[in-house]
Amino acid sequence: MKTEISNKKVLIIIPCFNEEASIYSLLQEIKETKIEGCFIQPLPVNDCSTDKTAIEINKAAVAYLDLPVNLGIGGAVQSGYHYALQNSFDVAVQLDGDGQHPVNELLKVINPIINKECDVVIGSRFISKEGFQSSGLRRFGINYFKKLNQFLLGIKVTDSTSGFRAINSEAIKLVCEYYPDEYPEPEAIVLFHLNRLKIKEVPVLMRERQGGTSSISSFKSVYYMIKVTLGILFIFIRIKFYGKRSAL
Amino acid sequence: MENVVPYKIQILSIIGALTFMFLIFRLIAKGKLREEYSIIWIVCTIILLVFSIWRNGLDVLAKILGVFYAPALIFLAAIFAIIVFLVHLSVVNSKQHEQIKKLSQEMALLKSKLMEEKKL
Repeated sequence: MKTEISNKKVLIIIPCFNEEASIYSLLQEIKETKIEGCFIQPLPVNDCSTDKTAIEINKAAVAYLDLPVNLGIGGAVQSGYHYALQNSFDVAVQLDGDGQHPVNELLKVINPIINKECDVVIGSRFISKEGFQSSGLRRFGINYFKKLNQFLLGIKVTDSTSGFRAINSEAIKLVCEYYPDEYPEPEAIVLFHLNRLKIKEVPVLMRERQGGTSSISSFKSVYYMIKVTLGILFIFIRIKFYGKRSAL
Repeated sequence: MENVVPYKIQILSIIGALTFMFLIFRLIAKGKLREEYSIIWIVCTIILLVFSIWRNGLDVLAKILGVFYAPALIFLAAIFAIIVFLVHLSVVNSKQHEQIKKLSQEMALLKSKLMEEKKL
């Protein structure tokens, strides 16, 4: 399409579970987005939505994945990564289907990877402290994971639950082998770091969700914290003591 | 020895063990129980059968192990076996979870490939 020397293929994976309100406009927005030197393809992954998400995706006329059984966010995103690996994409971006992650911030998370500064980019809303800052309880959880990561890995990730992230082809290969099922984001950071991938956080603006409900209600937040803590600890032990890259 | 009464429970337990064994074999023969899961059940029935025939066996075993109250040994062994088997089932369950995930991902990828080919 353009005369760039290197045309990087970028896949935007959008896990969708009941996102009928926002998915169509989001897909249109991505289709209209052009980043120089990049070929951008959106890939919505319909995780057995019970509403009209599938129809809305069809309306947008893009390639999509339709999971036959509900796998949860981790399984949905991982199938997107498999798609990226099979079709040899250079960059895979995860973008939530509820409109929380604004499309015009895409460049910020893609750029460091295209410039080969790092392998994984996480869009953080806490670096510049602008935009939607999430609710109190959730922020407490995020702070807790920040401390946990700092303790285990010695790196500082301000927004470890952020799903707005871009990874390069090496990281894609890794997550195709193993990716956590439920609430995968904080655990994936441990996975990346222990496999010697370079993680970088960039400040992004996030919006409040436009439609749908968070996968984490306040009722479930205690379970969330325990589950993720266990996940982080076990993936840490697994990689440290049972060898790198070993999955189950 | 004196009368038939003490043998009542023995006969009953032998019948019970044999019925259990028959049921397990029938399930395997019908293909409703995979052989790898049936081994543990066959071993269980054999143990059951041995102890229903060898009546003093439990006392002898308890004495060897230094268990004061012989029937407690039954409960200990049974509960231990149940827990081990439950853990085994959880492992099987996790494995199947992983397999189902892989299958559905593969299926979704194939579906999208098929759609793209139709469009071309």
